[in-house]
Amino acid sequence: MASYTAPLRDMRFVYHELMDGAALRRLPGYEEIDAELVDSVLEEAAKFCEQELVPLNRPGDEEGCRFVAGEVFTPKGFKEAYAAFTAAGWSALAFDPAYGGQGLPKSLSLLVDEMLCASNVSFWLYVSLTHGAYQAMRLYADEELKARYFPKMAAGAWSGTMCLTEPHCGTDLGLLRTRAEPAPDGSYRITGTKIFITGGEHDLTENIVHLVLARLPDAPPGIKGISLFLVPKFLVHDDGSLGARNAVSCGAIEHKMGIQASATCVMNFDGATGYLIGEPHRGMRAMFAMMNTERLAMGLQAIGHAEAAYQGALAWARERLQGRAAGGAKHPEQPADPLIVHPDVRRMLLTQRALVQGMRATAAWVGEALDVALKASEAERRQQAEDFLALMTPIVKGFFTDLGFECANLGVQVMGGHGYIREHGMEQHVRDARIAQIYEGANGIQAMDLAARKLPMHEGRLAEAFFRPVNEFIAECASDARMAEFVAPLKAALERLRHAVDFVLAQREASEVGAAAYDLMHLFGYTVLAYQWAKMARIGLAKEAGEEAAFYRAKVETARFYMQRILPRSEGLAAALRAGGRSIMAFDDAGW
Amino acid sequence: MKILVPVKRVIDYNVKARVKADGSGMELANVKMAMNPFDEIAVEEAVRLKEAGVASEIVAVSCGEAKCQEQLRQALALGADRALLVETTVELQPLAVAKLLKAIVDREAPRLVILGKQAIDDDANQTGQMLAALLDWPQATFASKVAVRGEEIEVTREIDGGLETLAMTLPAVVTTDLRLNEPRYATLPNIMKAKKKPLETLTPAELGVDVAPRLATLKVEEPPARKAGVKVASVAELVDKLRHEAKVIP
Repeated sequence: MASYTAPLRDMRFVYHELMDGAALRRLPGYEEIDAELVDSVLEEAAKFCEQELVPLNRPGDEEGCRFVAGEVFTPKGFKEAYAAFTAAGWSALAFDPAYGGQGLPKSLSLLVDEMLCASNVSFWLYVSLTHGAYQAMRLYADEELKARYFPKMAAGAWSGTMCLTEPHCGTDLGLLRTRAEPAPDGSYRITGTKIFITGGEHDLTENIVHLVLARLPDAPPGIKGISLFLVPKFLVHDDGSLGARNAVSCGAIEHKMGIQASATCVMNFDGATGYLIGEPHRGMRAMFAMMNTERLAMGLQAIGHAEAAYQGALAWARERLQGRAAGGAKHPEQPADPLIVHPDVRRMLLTQRALVQGMRATAAWVGEALDVALKASEAERRQQAEDFLALMTPIVKGFFTDLGFECANLGVQVMGGHGYIREHGMEQHVRDARIAQIYEGANGIQAMDLAARKLPMHEGRLAEAFFRPVNEFIAECASDARMAEFVAPLKAALERLRHAVDFVLAQREASEVGAAAYDLMHLFGYTVLAYQWAKMARIGLAKEAGEEAAFYRAKVETARFYMQRILPRSEGLAAALRAGGRSIMAFDDAGW
Repeated sequence: MKILVPVKRVIDYNVKARVKADGSGMELANVKMAMNPFDEIAVEEAVRLKEAGVASEIVAVSCGEAKCQEQLRQALALGADRALLVETTVELQPLAVAKLLKAIVDREAPRLVILGKQAIDDDANQTGQMLAALLDWPQATFASKVAVRGEEIEVTREIDGGLETLAMTLPAVVTTDLRLNEPRYATLPNIMKAKKKPLETLTPAELGVDVAPRLATLKVEEPPARKAGVKVASVAELVDKLRHEAKVIP
């Protein structure tokens, strides 16, 4: 059976040592968030995840959701676990205290999200979308809607969805057809069909709050004519109690590769009552508030799968006796040596380790920026954080989810046939991780978002939000001889990245940008991780002679592995990118 | 009614315990620590008594290094009202803890003390009994059910032959067994509230208790590894082995 132990030591490392948790306390509203509180929250969350959610993960995958006459039933145990989850207050973690939330920092809630994803990603999806809907509503919904819906959403009594995709349009939302007709009472009647709606219908909550993109009758064509509406499953009376069933129903659920316990629904809106969120025809802006939250969350899903796969593979490699170590038996008293003695197995485990811990460190950096953007009193600081988040969102979504899949896949490879069969739960991570590369904007779209939108924006200002701190760090380390082995490769990668960015920005042909985008996203990602590993190495070197020497020494050694064995991937990416898009675009149609 | 709940900081039950290389004790540096699970059951029972209107205040107490605050905060998050830490770096043995608790009871005057029947680190199973003796209070150990009726407490305890029910007059000491209840998870709002609940620190000297160890630990070592078994060919061979090798039958 798969087991998972939340990596609390590493989480405390990124929160208190890598990121400056104490500095976070200086943000208004976070004064009370001391180290002790952070640790208690992490420990209690870990306990819940390990004891309640991990045991439901594989049975949930085997059983899947059931669709019976318009109703959706989640697998056995999910309802009870969801009730326990909300009773313990976890759904309200990062919600605004004004609406019954706990107002804890995003930097902390990201770590809890990672645990939830590693434990049971299908379960987490029901929770995560509620939070995404909250984000969109927080920024764009009027006070009346917030007051009516937020307390129940914070309590987890009502969940949220994001209804974008239609049968004929996914990525290209300009094509969408769902209509919204104004009603005399100021509400709207929504008509149309949405597909791939995560948590569109289920038995976990008493109400479901759909955020739906639709067109008003006077809407201009294309993406500029889309508005956002709130459509509840049950109408809500003025006193907050539930009224009649709204004209929204689930037509079917999808049968899919993974996340079996998450209901992926076809939703039919047949003149359903909806309420406008934000301004008419400005729905995409509001939807992107939700979308960006979800895109960052996908990065956490990736870290979760990567960590769980790493733990499973490591435990297996330590126990499974196969073959002898090159250069002589390590355990002559046993019939064979454990797998972990073999170089290629070690390569796989260290790859997982370097990627997962590098991603976690990056996620903490992003979490810190989310908190600064939300809470800092100085406008300039908030703006810098927003720049950084805009830049990092496609990288966290696109690059991390690719790495998450790679790590899950390595987990299967380490275990061989035992990873491929279902018994040990490893192959489920591969199937569950796969969707993260697709939903919330496929990774190719993320690459285009980075190359064609984010980097050219404001004369290239966004990239500086990354280059500036890295250059400062390199300068700080200039006189530290022990850091040279980490700083030199980081510096070289940064140069490669800068040239690649300049190269892409200089392209006049859109197809050249498109051809370079994916390599650029990965090149950027590997450089971000190199920066994080250099920072972690510096802390490791400073502390490797003291208490917990083994922990810090492992940080230094993993950093070394990253620089020597992973970062060179960026050289290949840079070479491919510089070769340009001719070989891609010139391929003759007759030749396919 | 005030309830006192002593809680001990022990090695987490999920951690594989290892003996220190020099055999002087267990390896505790950088090992995950947690509240003794039997004490968690004691906290839960106290909280249930408070929820039922029987108890009015729950005071959690822990004896040991400053880090025991973590376990006290957890007790506060689970529902204790305030906490006391008797801080010392001296190795504490059950008698010393019982004496410290006696001094606390003298100060706080609870009507009931509920604590784990034993701690999962040294499994001594002594503190509750010693405390009852020092206080000259009745005791009911290994409780699997507790009911308070006015000035009387009825405790069901698991014994070899089945269940035994004792009635005692308060004040009394109760030690908890595994099946008394299933502790809840601390809720997020309560974790945050726990930060604001009072936690007072005392020292053994302030309580007038000499905590110096009375027993010396000579050596700690791993239990010997189990040898592989053998298959016997016949009953006669089995009996022979039991008689001559295991020497368990005459």
